[in-house]
Amino acid sequence: MNQPISFRKGIWLALASVLVLASSAFAAGEEEAAWNGGLRQKFFGDRPIAESNQVIELTAPYRAEDPALVPLQINSKIPQTQDRYIKTVTLVIDNNPVPFSGAFHFTPDSGKADLAMRVRVNAYTYIRAVAETNDGKLHMAKAFVKASGGCSAPIGTDLEAAMARMGKMKFKLDNEKPALQQPNLAQLLISHPNITGLQMDQLTRMIKPAHFVEEVKVSFNDKPVLTAQTDIAISADPNFRFYFVPETAGELKAEIRDNKGNQFSASQSITP
Amino acid sequence: MKVPITALLLSLTALNAPARAETPKLSLQQVAPGIYVHQGAHELPNQHNRGEIANIGFIIGQRCVAVIDTGGSPEQGYALKRAIESTTTIPICYVINTHVHPDHIYGNLAFKQPGVSFIGHRKLAEAMAMRAPFYQEKAERDLGFALKNENFVPPDRPVQDTLELDLGSRTLLLKAHKTAHTDNDLSIYDSQTKTFWLADLLFMGHLPVVDGSLNGWLATLEQIKTLDAKLAIPGHGPVSADWPKALEPEERYLKTLQSEIRAFIKDGKTMEEAMAKVGLTARDNWQLFDEFHKKNVSTAFAELEWEGD
Repeated sequence: MNQPISFRKGIWLALASVLVLASSAFAAGEEEAAWNGGLRQKFFGDRPIAESNQVIELTAPYRAEDPALVPLQINSKIPQTQDRYIKTVTLVIDNNPVPFSGAFHFTPDSGKADLAMRVRVNAYTYIRAVAETNDGKLHMAKAFVKASGGCSAPIGTDLEAAMARMGKMKFKLDNEKPALQQPNLAQLLISHPNITGLQMDQLTRMIKPAHFVEEVKVSFNDKPVLTAQTDIAISADPNFRFYFVPETAGELKAEIRDNKGNQFSASQSITP
Repeated sequence: MKVPITALLLSLTALNAPARAETPKLSLQQVAPGIYVHQGAHELPNQHNRGEIANIGFIIGQRCVAVIDTGGSPEQGYALKRAIESTTTIPICYVINTHVHPDHIYGNLAFKQPGVSFIGHRKLAEAMAMRAPFYQEKAERDLGFALKNENFVPPDRPVQDTLELDLGSRTLLLKAHKTAHTDNDLSIYDSQTKTFWLADLLFMGHLPVVDGSLNGWLATLEQIKTLDAKLAIPGHGPVSADWPKALEPEERYLKTLQSEIRAFIKDGKTMEEAMAKVGLTARDNWQLFDEFHKKNVSTAFAELEWEGD
């Protein structure tokens, strides 16, 4: 999480130089090079991973309009029940300077392990969503995205305003009156510049140190709905869409922590 | 591929000639007395056009010439300098950069010499510094040339709010705007001819590109539209156009984005839905719509989600 800048920069430069060569003409299998060459092992060891869209499906634009703001959707194909549910979805962006983009933990109470967010994509790459079901099995969906420079792209122009608003959060519900005992779609908007630490200022030899949300906890009446570890690939002003199941009226609550130790929370009362 | 003989000969000559002499003469039009504009083409920056796609030019006073934007490549800067020198013997005193985008600043180095002052928005220097590494990488990849740190010449005279620039019997009024097209937009007004050089605050034909703030841009347009001017010079579009009529299509497009995206957000719709559906009726009115529209929608959506907070 708190790697020294030079390390991150080193990886980035190394990757960039490889990718400059690779991006013009991907030979067969080259898109899988980073994954097979270490990422898979690093995150999942020797565990078998089934590549299929039977458990989750990942939707991403083939060509990103804005590499710093690439919308992703993860749709689960199985309901969250006590017997069988998706426990964790790990998001990996192979050719990003920090491939680990997030790990999202669900419970049977989540209702549906669907998720949407916006990410930064630094180079032509596979994006992978690996779901772990409660039986310990791994299921991977992937999508290839053409984008470049999303992590090193300059910080959004109104950084002053963004810093002033940092930590502000709000929920948006799909239905103003959520239905009880059913999965309801909710959106959590977090105001945070999510600075990647790769946005260099070469003229002054300065660098904006990485400053990003690294933990998100959403609960309903103190029961976890979605818990996530996140990294610099999440776009500025992180935005997550997910489901929750209210059994009664109650309180939907978000607590976040960034890598500098700042903590913020917000809640919204739910009255069906 | 069949290569015409002349092209082949030209490229051979180019190999022998010093790099700076190979650039063709820059076409210029005098849009008002002493105001010259080179028209850029409505294209994405690429290796073929070398990023030379913006309207750039200069204004001549009795004592001084002010360059306004220096072009999309180091070579275009030299071409502009030669064009100025073949137009007038009055010396260049000022280089005004209207904002940080590559097609407006990459020619800066050609003008760097004692006696020439570089002028820009108070936030331009920081924007240049923040973007330089990203822009350098992008230039090598997309434009086919390398940029050194020296190519990014920051302003030595930052404009806080407004600045009067005396060119000798001709005074330019420079205005540093709030975040609009970018967070470092600067406009130039010549009271003598009532010419308003808006650069990329005004797009005509070429779809406006939001890289700052949609709300800020509309607020800026509202503020400037009452200015007593006759001619507008857009950053992309014809060399000049009637003021304030020139603003109308851009304002209409930006307002459509604003109202449609607000409605999408209010209805709880997503950025993806907005990118697929917002503003499509404007498609036939603009060039490069497919290249920039969806990005405009996502940029504006991310902004409007937080408006009022």
